[in-house]
Amino acid sequence: MQQRRELDQSYTNRKLLNGQLDTPKWWAPTVTGLGILVVIGLIVIATMINKGLGVTGLGRPVFWGLFITTFVFWVGISHAGIMISAILRLTQAEWRRPVTRAAELLTVFSLLTALVFPLIHAGRPWRIAYWITPYDISRGIYPNIRSPLIMDPVAISTYLTGSTLFLYIALLPDLGNLRDRTTGWQNAMYTVLSLGWRGNPRQWKMQTVGGILLSALMLPIFVSVHSIVSWDFAIAPAVEGWHSTIFAPYFVIGAVHSGVSAVVTMMALMRWLWKWDDFIRPEHFDALARLLIVVATGWLAFTFLELIFAVYGQDAPELALREMQMFQWPWNLLFIIFLLTGYFIPVPMWLFKRVRTNIALMFWTSILVNVGMWLERFLIIVPGLARRTPFVYTWEAYRPSAVEWTIFIWSFCWVTFLMLLFSRFFPLVPLFEQKESQVFTEDVTIGRAKVPAIVREAD
Amino acid sequence: MTTENFGNNNWGMVVDVDKCIGCNACVLACQAENNIPLNTQDRVERARSISWIRVERYWEGDFPDAKARFIPIMCQHCENAPCEPVCPVYATYHNAEGMNVQVYNRCVGTRYCANGCPYIVRFFNFWEPVWPESLRNHLNPDVTIRSRGIMEKCSFCVHRIRRETRKARSEGREVIDGTIQTACSSACPTSALNFGNFNDPNSKVSKMKKDKRHYTLLDQFATDPNVIYLAKIDADKKVAAKHD
Repeated sequence: MQQRRELDQSYTNRKLLNGQLDTPKWWAPTVTGLGILVVIGLIVIATMINKGLGVTGLGRPVFWGLFITTFVFWVGISHAGIMISAILRLTQAEWRRPVTRAAELLTVFSLLTALVFPLIHAGRPWRIAYWITPYDISRGIYPNIRSPLIMDPVAISTYLTGSTLFLYIALLPDLGNLRDRTTGWQNAMYTVLSLGWRGNPRQWKMQTVGGILLSALMLPIFVSVHSIVSWDFAIAPAVEGWHSTIFAPYFVIGAVHSGVSAVVTMMALMRWLWKWDDFIRPEHFDALARLLIVVATGWLAFTFLELIFAVYGQDAPELALREMQMFQWPWNLLFIIFLLTGYFIPVPMWLFKRVRTNIALMFWTSILVNVGMWLERFLIIVPGLARRTPFVYTWEAYRPSAVEWTIFIWSFCWVTFLMLLFSRFFPLVPLFEQKESQVFTEDVTIGRAKVPAIVREAD
Repeated sequence: MTTENFGNNNWGMVVDVDKCIGCNACVLACQAENNIPLNTQDRVERARSISWIRVERYWEGDFPDAKARFIPIMCQHCENAPCEPVCPVYATYHNAEGMNVQVYNRCVGTRYCANGCPYIVRFFNFWEPVWPESLRNHLNPDVTIRSRGIMEKCSFCVHRIRRETRKARSEGREVIDGTIQTACSSACPTSALNFGNFNDPNSKVSKMKKDKRHYTLLDQFATDPNVIYLAKIDADKKVAAKHD
């Protein structure tokens, strides 16, 4: 079992509520700075919608570019939540506890960000918003459910709803805690939000059962969301490099790879920013890195399988595409960076326990993974379209414009901004989970026997 | 509904590649007929030019026996079109007359259809189209001007088909073969482009279709196009050279 420092509950309360009750000094300037960047990004998006998609670097036949890549990237990141909070909860991995909320939060905010991209990349976003979300048959034509672009919003909004509920249920005990420690308008806000949480056994039981049920209900979403995102590409028969039958599992495992890595990045940041060294400990990084080694290796297997399937057919256009993707400038450089950052630098490093328990190294390696995973999506989407087909005379490479890069950077600022804003009002580490794990390790003496203080939730 | 109103037609085109001289008259005629925005230098350089029909040059054979060939390519109006199932809002669908139609008002501009199309014949309006003042009065009133943010492609000059079928219906007769011509086929000096009704066994295109030189483009995608090509006759080899 992991070694733990004995922490008393008042210390846990004080430390973990420092974001709300004792806001750090860096918070206000950071959020203001990010807020300015977010506003700039929103202005650029508004300008693009106003002027038209001509401001992007897209052309024919590269009709999809940076926006769709970034969309797939953020949906991938969102798999962190379901992996950490649902799967690890159901498998009772103890080390998940301090990161469940942060992971779930990352899910909600990255999904919100991901949803922006298909909207703004459309030629007429005002119509797509009206005709696809929410469902509307006022024009007498139901949306085409054969199109993955209809399945996408369905899957993503299901995931978003489930994650939000999950996040909220797990937040209830902590909201009650905050209500008891605040005054004035904050007290009023927490009173409403905590839904009358008093911490009696019935409430605890309902909260636990609700959490487990939501975990189980969200398991199918774990498979569906990124499978459907992969079908955006896999059902285009004419695009070599897209129409692959293994795309669904390949994308799902890639999403877990990037999502869990993003959680590692976030854990390191939380530990530094809020000084939670007692709660987010090296053994948590160790456990996540072990998980990542398995996931990353599975993902690498799919990457090679995809290449092998492509080459096995000996289909000339497919071979030409692979040759372009891997050996032609500038794709070859991107391909090498993708392989190195996605797998060959971080994973061998994680094999050493010294690296796994080194927070700084874990931080940088997990960032590398996400650089690689973003490039993976870019290398699937853009070369597939920029290929040289029999009947097209414009097949030159696509160059993302400054507008596209600005909106890409905006998405990162936006997610960070939302996370920090959330951290001002709600604890990022679940207090009750932390205390529960503390109690699990304690024994009580009954007569001459020592028994665990608490019976596990699923026993 | 469409069948009742406009008769049992299956519009299609037969392109005799042997007759094509690569003069680009079809491209110009289409440009003028369908209010296609001017392909300025900037648009061409940024790979955003729009031409519903284009004459592709391709090479056949290896050096020194290489031959330059021409082939006009427009929307193939596939019976089994890859562009149709991917549109989330049914902006492109197959109508009862064998045409793949694009409904501009419905289009939201996801450009998914363009990714699905193996012939790369779908075009996106990246900017609002503009014409110089001198050309404003030349615009065809029968054809919608596409705003920015939507897809467009060859419509088989659907406005001409509608005009002629309506006229035939009001006169209580069938459409006479040959009275409907698309802009490209009427401009073609060598009759390489032929438009007509495949459901009428006596139409010109139905007879041409039976030629043993017939083939469809990229048939590995099983799109079942309504545009049939007749292969180039190679005088040297005395066999029909087949291009796919």
